[in-house]
Amino acid sequence: MTDATQSGPMLAADGTPLKKSLARSLRRRKVRALALIAPLLLFVLLSFVIPIVSMLFRSVENGIVSETLPLTVVELRNWDADSGELPDEALYAAFVKDMIAAVEAKEHTRLGTRLNYEETGMSSMFRKSGRNIKRLDPEADAPFKEKLIDIHEGWGEVETWRTIKTHAVPITNGYFLNAIDMRRTPEGPRAQPEDKQILVKLFGRTLFMSLIITGACILLAYPVSYLLATLPMRVSNLLMILVLLPFWTSLLVRTSAWKVMLQQQGVINETLVWLGFVADDARLVIINNQFGTIIAMTHILLPFMILPMYSVMQTIPPSYTRAAKSMGATNWTTFWRIYFPQSIPGIGAGSILVFILAIGYYITPEIVGGTKGVFISNRIAYHISSSLNWGLAAALGTILLAVVLLLYWCYDKIVGIDNVKLG
Amino acid sequence: MKVTKSTLLASAVAAIAGSAMAEEMTLVSWGGAYQASQTKAYAEPFMEMNPGLTIVWDESSPEAVAKLRAMNEAGNITWDLVDVVAADAIRLCDEGLAMEYDPDELLAAAPDGTPASEDFGDLLVSDCFIPQIVYSTTAAYRPDLLPDGAPAPDSICAMFDMETYPGKRTLEKRPINNMEWALICDGVAKDDVYDVLATEEGQQRALDKLGTIKDQVVWWGAAAEPPQLLADGEVVMGTSYNGRWFSAIEEQDQPFEMLWDAQVFDLDGWIIPAGLSEERLARVKEFVKFATDTQRLADQAKFISYGPARASSAPLVGQHAELGIDMAPHMPTDPNNAKNTFLYNYEFWADYRDDIDAKFQAWLAQ
Repeated sequence: MTDATQSGPMLAADGTPLKKSLARSLRRRKVRALALIAPLLLFVLLSFVIPIVSMLFRSVENGIVSETLPLTVVELRNWDADSGELPDEALYAAFVKDMIAAVEAKEHTRLGTRLNYEETGMSSMFRKSGRNIKRLDPEADAPFKEKLIDIHEGWGEVETWRTIKTHAVPITNGYFLNAIDMRRTPEGPRAQPEDKQILVKLFGRTLFMSLIITGACILLAYPVSYLLATLPMRVSNLLMILVLLPFWTSLLVRTSAWKVMLQQQGVINETLVWLGFVADDARLVIINNQFGTIIAMTHILLPFMILPMYSVMQTIPPSYTRAAKSMGATNWTTFWRIYFPQSIPGIGAGSILVFILAIGYYITPEIVGGTKGVFISNRIAYHISSSLNWGLAAALGTILLAVVLLLYWCYDKIVGIDNVKLG
Repeated sequence: MKVTKSTLLASAVAAIAGSAMAEEMTLVSWGGAYQASQTKAYAEPFMEMNPGLTIVWDESSPEAVAKLRAMNEAGNITWDLVDVVAADAIRLCDEGLAMEYDPDELLAAAPDGTPASEDFGDLLVSDCFIPQIVYSTTAAYRPDLLPDGAPAPDSICAMFDMETYPGKRTLEKRPINNMEWALICDGVAKDDVYDVLATEEGQQRALDKLGTIKDQVVWWGAAAEPPQLLADGEVVMGTSYNGRWFSAIEEQDQPFEMLWDAQVFDLDGWIIPAGLSEERLARVKEFVKFATDTQRLADQAKFISYGPARASSAPLVGQHAELGIDMAPHMPTDPNNAKNTFLYNYEFWADYRDDIDAKFQAWLAQ
């Protein structure tokens, strides 16, 4: 009896094997836990993850050409773009059929807008041709080649058809190429003309200036956080309010306030002129350039550096520094060897926060940045709301996101993300 | 207990029915003095004529194109009527986001019977666009900040004349208008401007001309900035919309002078979003017919110095509602102001906007 029990699997009270029974109860607990967070998970998924992913997907999505001109796209496959000769009549006939359907659905102008990003003039060509092509009959009016060229001479240019063929793919790398100052051509990726190259420069500037802003924040925030953490409660509370007050003030108000301070007839320049440090006709230019952006953004992002630093410094026991001093360390050694290393996690957390926030800023640079102090986000905003080139905006956004993730990964490798503490 | 329950139920039903009866119409506009002029000239009178109807304003016109596109993709249009500039109306029409309409059917005829299509005339620049006003982008300057003895500027080219008129200027941070002015001041005839600007050399020529003043220009993004910059003495001259200058000069007594030379006319008006339900569409149509009739457009000019888009409204333009000054001399269309005007070429910019803007921004960043 005893032997038999020991040789078989261990059983639970209800006779099932213990292993199975344990696994089941564990699974049940997991399901319950999942059910508890399900509403939140769903919310995050529906309102955050899916919209972002679908927006990012636009950076490669390019179905519009093949959906609007399905027959033409098929015909274009038979046409050699490098031949230097116009496509044959079959393609023109297919194009007319496609266009009649597209005009009916009012989609031809949308396609024109899309292609105009690649080849200037396409927008009005599609708009103007739409009306006339609608009047054609796909059967009776053939042949179409001459008629189309009569309607708009652009249809008689090889370049037009090359552009359509190049961008007829449903998934394109064109937007990403545009985002790094290149373009998709029939011969493969090529650099944009020099006078249109700006985006790579803006990426570089965004990263560089965000680093400077983060550095400036560290320098300014460190002493303030130290005071906050070490001063007696009554004084430090007052100081804390001074830190938080601007934090609660509207971003626009703070940015505009900097405008009043920094402009050439502004408070700082007026004071300097009054004190005689600066001649009246040589006032400092400290706004509408990179300097203005750095000052205003450092001020705006400072609380994001102070708060994590403060909460870390608060946990550093004062007895350590006392112990160091009692053993004969100078003030500097105590700070540099004992206090500073323990405050590094706060610097790390603050830097990540400030850097990532800075990289995506656009209102402040727009207002105080002039022409040299604007960021890549200003271009993203422009393409989202003005030029409506959402594909390019999405590509720029994806690159920005990838850069942030890459930097985060580097940071994790070098400093270690476990060393970051928000409190 | 039963009584309370049924009373509750009844009042709940009444509340639901009531909210369904109180109709709402969402109009999108620019906020500020312009939206106020629309409210006073036709939104309030229309609400008085239609008790039970509430007009809700949404100040989203600056980003209307992007928002409408997003609404359209989400399949939920919450706007009934959107105020946009003509260039945006053309784009919305191209995108299929705005409704095409027949002017003579939708809009009221002039009092003398002239059909709307003739009364609005050339201003019907797109099949979707319902014009309201003519405004202009034009220059103004501070006489007291100009050097002693300098003649009062009488040409837009004063903007490029650093010797006679030293000091900073402010221009809009986009190529439109600036490129045209640069070419005109570089000796291109007005009629040839867009032909020249369509070529690579012409674009470079315009940028080179702008380059002669580049380091003296403060670039503005919002039209409220230039009057502020001029009032602060940050710049000695600049460009903005004529209504902004009017408000600074007449309503806020700023010592600015207008420089109407080569002002660029532009249009602003309504578009009806595509895909409205029939019930909403019927209501919007009724409002549009009222809000764009001859008298209403003339009324709007009492509150803001923008010219009515109807030819028949011009003679009815009266005095400013609060200041009591004659509005006609402040209209961009007044013969004294319109001696030398420039017409904004919508078609050109619809085509060249992406291309030239990329070049312009790259040039700015250099």
